[in-house]
Amino acid sequence: KRCASTAPLIRPIQRVLVANRGEIAIRVQNTARKMGIETVAVFSDADRNSLFVKKADKAFHIGPPLAAESYLNMDKIINTAIRSGAQAIHPGYGFLSENAGFADRCAQAGLVFIGPPAQAIRDMGAKNVSKQIMEDAKVPVVKGFHGEDQSDANLKKKSQEIGYPVMLKAVYGGGGKGMRIAWNEAEFDEKLASARNEAKKSFGNDEMLVEKFVEKPRHVEVQVFGDHHGNYVHLWERDCSVQRRHQKIIEEAPAPNMAHETRLKLGESAVRAAAAVGYVGAGTVEFIMDPRGEFFFMEMNTRLQVEHPVSETITGTDLVEWQLRVAQGEKLPLKQSEIPLNGHAFECRVYAEDTRKGAFMPTAGRLNYVDFPEDARIDTGVVSGDEVSIHYDPMIAKVVVWGKDRNVAAAKLESALARTRISGLPTNIDFVRRVLAHPEFAAGNVYTDFIPDHHEELFAESETPAEIYVESAIAHALSTLKKSDAGVFQNLSFFRINVAPKYVFKIGKIISNFRTYSKCVISDGKDVTVRFDSENRLTVSYDGNSYETLLNDIEAIGDNEFKFTLEANGRRWSTVVKDLPETLMVNGVGQNEYATPAVYEAFDSLAGGAASHSAVAPMPGIIEKILVKPGDQVTTGQALIVMTAMKMEYIIRAPEDSTIEYIKCQAGKNVPKNAVLVQFA
Amino acid sequence: PNCSVQVRNHHCSADKSTHQWAPIKTGIDNSSEDFAANDAEMKVLVEDLKAKIAKIEQAGGEKAVKLHRSRGKMLARERIDGLVDAGSPFLEFSQLAGYEMYGKEEVPSGGILTGIGIVSGRVCVIVANDATVKGGTYYPITVKKHLRAQEIARENNLPCIYLVDSGGANLPRQADIFADTQHFGRIFYNQATMSSQGIPQLAVVMGSCTAGGAYVPAMSDQAIIVKGTGTVFLGGPPLVKAATGEEISAEELGGADLHCGESGVTDYYAHSDQHALYLARSCIAGLPPVEEQMTFNPNADEPLYPAEEIYGIVGSNLKKTYDVREVIARIVDGSRFHEFKERYGETLVTGFATIYGQRVGILANNGVLFAESAMKGAHFIELCCQRKIPLLFLQNITGFMVSLEYLFNISFNLFEFRYVFMWPNSRISVMGGEQAANVLSTVQKEKKKREGAEWTDQQDLELRKPVEEKFEKEGHPYFASARLWDDGVIDPKDTRKVLGLAFQSTLQKPIPETKFGVFRM
Repeated sequence: KRCASTAPLIRPIQRVLVANRGEIAIRVQNTARKMGIETVAVFSDADRNSLFVKKADKAFHIGPPLAAESYLNMDKIINTAIRSGAQAIHPGYGFLSENAGFADRCAQAGLVFIGPPAQAIRDMGAKNVSKQIMEDAKVPVVKGFHGEDQSDANLKKKSQEIGYPVMLKAVYGGGGKGMRIAWNEAEFDEKLASARNEAKKSFGNDEMLVEKFVEKPRHVEVQVFGDHHGNYVHLWERDCSVQRRHQKIIEEAPAPNMAHETRLKLGESAVRAAAAVGYVGAGTVEFIMDPRGEFFFMEMNTRLQVEHPVSETITGTDLVEWQLRVAQGEKLPLKQSEIPLNGHAFECRVYAEDTRKGAFMPTAGRLNYVDFPEDARIDTGVVSGDEVSIHYDPMIAKVVVWGKDRNVAAAKLESALARTRISGLPTNIDFVRRVLAHPEFAAGNVYTDFIPDHHEELFAESETPAEIYVESAIAHALSTLKKSDAGVFQNLSFFRINVAPKYVFKIGKIISNFRTYSKCVISDGKDVTVRFDSENRLTVSYDGNSYETLLNDIEAIGDNEFKFTLEANGRRWSTVVKDLPETLMVNGVGQNEYATPAVYEAFDSLAGGAASHSAVAPMPGIIEKILVKPGDQVTTGQALIVMTAMKMEYIIRAPEDSTIEYIKCQAGKNVPKNAVLVQFA
Repeated sequence: PNCSVQVRNHHCSADKSTHQWAPIKTGIDNSSEDFAANDAEMKVLVEDLKAKIAKIEQAGGEKAVKLHRSRGKMLARERIDGLVDAGSPFLEFSQLAGYEMYGKEEVPSGGILTGIGIVSGRVCVIVANDATVKGGTYYPITVKKHLRAQEIARENNLPCIYLVDSGGANLPRQADIFADTQHFGRIFYNQATMSSQGIPQLAVVMGSCTAGGAYVPAMSDQAIIVKGTGTVFLGGPPLVKAATGEEISAEELGGADLHCGESGVTDYYAHSDQHALYLARSCIAGLPPVEEQMTFNPNADEPLYPAEEIYGIVGSNLKKTYDVREVIARIVDGSRFHEFKERYGETLVTGFATIYGQRVGILANNGVLFAESAMKGAHFIELCCQRKIPLLFLQNITGFMVSLEYLFNISFNLFEFRYVFMWPNSRISVMGGEQAANVLSTVQKEKKKREGAEWTDQQDLELRKPVEEKFEKEGHPYFASARLWDDGVIDPKDTRKVLGLAFQSTLQKPIPETKFGVFRM
């Protein structure tokens, strides 16, 4: 009735083009391969050496890094699909996944778009249309009034219709001015007067709109599926309330602290929503929910979500397989009654970002080392040495775990994150672990303002436990050893005649998790002394404290990697150390990365005289604007260059009063990290 | 369990043919009273040794150390730690040098630290003046220790690094250090001749290099100097003023700027001690590689029995006997020992073993040396020479047949002893105090008898006591080690490690061909 691709005919797919990149491209490839379907990757210049390109059966270049010219370039993608002999295109998430035009173009080219009918995308894309469709389908929506009749009586009447509590907002308002919450009818008049009064003063206009007020809202969404045969099911809900910068970081299924009747009601509402738009394939119906369990439709995402693995985990399904089957015209593999809800699942999105002070700044650059635990599901598109590109999303991986209940699952996530080692870029891992450790999170009291509301506890600094000093100093000591077979001298390390040798290690700058997130910061260059009292007894001291330490089971476990067991301060534990060219990753009681600069770096400044005066790029990015020219006099703090990276704008400022000698960058061009942009005289 | 701190790689070791040698079965009952008594005795000795060394480690005392540091200088020991590769062992020599040698003047370590460590992957001899001890000036024993270190370097082809911080000769004692062949000048002679033999000589000027000391950097192949503290001159500012009346600062007279920029005496300009050590390491990194001739096995089996049991086996009473095989069993790889001529000349135990994979021929006294034992020893040494197998002597001789004295030390030798180490229970002298007293007593008794005079027990006691005391004092290992009759007193339980390091240090010099066959008897 709407689009050619909705016709329920069996049309086997032998080859699928994945019009996406990174982890989701690999995710789709894996299932396709399992089903005997060949995969075609498309890649931009930035992804030429990416894992998803290597893993594909066929790979085609589609343009420059800029998404608009590659992953959003419909012509190129459709032509590539035809050229490669693919019958279908899987859009993944983001990029063209919710583009109705692209769905149409696929149909015109005789290709199967693995997603809903174009009309469903269109219907759900327009907020007012979708809201109306939902209201018609008896799916609860957030009601409101925004109209001409501004009389107090009318606003009161509308508030009654919407249901208390309601939010009164100045039409021309902003910054919280002219906003009041009326919790019940009794206080309505007073709140309205107060809101109008403030609006009048602030904006010279006291027109008001009324909206349902959702207190401590949770973000709860339901995974739905439809096929070409009119079947619809839901695969339970997910709670994705813990967000920063309106992006999710921890998702779980099922939603915690939810009554079973609510859960069922939620699922039924979502199915009604899907049916209302004749939905086909995987979709997500998003709701906001208040603490009493009342929920309201927000929007529908007409694609596979990033967080789909948690639903797969609790239902034992493969949603990409379902997508492919439905796209081939098959019926949904399971009926509603056959879809189980087993235990609890968590997903953590590991991002390359600087979480310090809650800034959550995305970062880009080289991942020197990436290592994940083997007992968690890891969806990732990167390996050690890969770049997190400035052009795309800085998500490094999704860590997914399952437990028989929420507590077990949370413990498993914590354990998995503690063993996730990423070097080269700061990540949000440590921050997420802090969230997991928060008692309110543990109690399941999650809502969208969780992070700002608990800011103080989440970013509080705490004392570094002695064990971290002990393991770090010993890791430094052992990592400096020459692992050589050359002779006794190279192997009888630390031996001295008649004296216990003592070594002082300057525990260097921490450059990863804890650098960006100050849970257990060992300040730069703290002297920690290790005294080797005998073969396995050591004394570790710093700041006047001494810890007798037992060192056992030192063992090489891989390339420049070793582990050992320690006992100190009444605790026994094992620590794994990865010795990278410029850093040391120490995972034991703490998860720290230390800078291990080459010795000559310490003497560079002595030899080279004063450091050169220049402004450098703080991260890889694109030069947006150059605000100065050679010969200009600049003052400290003056803006020199505007660059963009990760869709964020950075202003490079003058570090001192000076004259500009020359400019070493061009607008529109990429620059690597630490590139000299402006040279001062 | 008894291995050192190291990251073990699980790979296969090369030579396993010696694994067919049977391990020595221990006959020691480590729960016996005898064992416990021996153990307690030896522990007292080892603890005393460590306490003495701990005191010596304090260098020239708190005041001197503070003054030294106030000049921005690192202590000699810290300099060595900073010079060697991280975690490198340091086979230090003669820690007891100068111990109780100069009356009330204490000269810890003889005012100089010497030893062998790894620098930039290379086995090197390090000689470091300790300026906290009398300004790093040379006492006679300082000279001797410096020369001994050079001797070790020459015998074993090891590069020399001199960390110089010395006021030159100790003037009150100049007569005992200045002019003779084995005196101060020998240091420069050694530098020159070693250099000609291709043994690298590197000096790091980290303080004064006055008068005689000035020759050390000048005679080195390469020299580094620290700005601000390092000076090189024959006569310092006081001497210049006395001679010419000119007032000049030490830095102007012979500092880093002068010697790196004008005179060219020093080649590298360092901004600090740390920087100088880094430059020294960088210089050593530039030496061409050498091929060590050691068949080293990083995964060699440790002995089957704990090294510390040597305490309970040996004890401190030299009159008590024990089977020396029990000691061998606690030194060699896997306690494996392939004994040679077991039933012949039984008071000398001979045989083959490996230490960290290196084959060694062991000669160990197990009682009085008889003619057969000596013949057996000669036969065994010839075997080892033919095969270029280094020799280890475990010496515990109460003498050749008669008298002479207890001698117990551990030494290691190719043709002559390359190294001699002692245990703290050992005694070294021509004979024991008791025997010496007996000799003198007998002589006196005979004399008095001839003279028809009386020789009372009291007289006898008065004669014997000082002799016994003198022999006890002078036979003590500290006395011997203070005078550099050996290369140091070691904890018996460290024997295996010390031997391993000593062996490695000897193997940079090829073992010469032997031009004779094995003469059986």
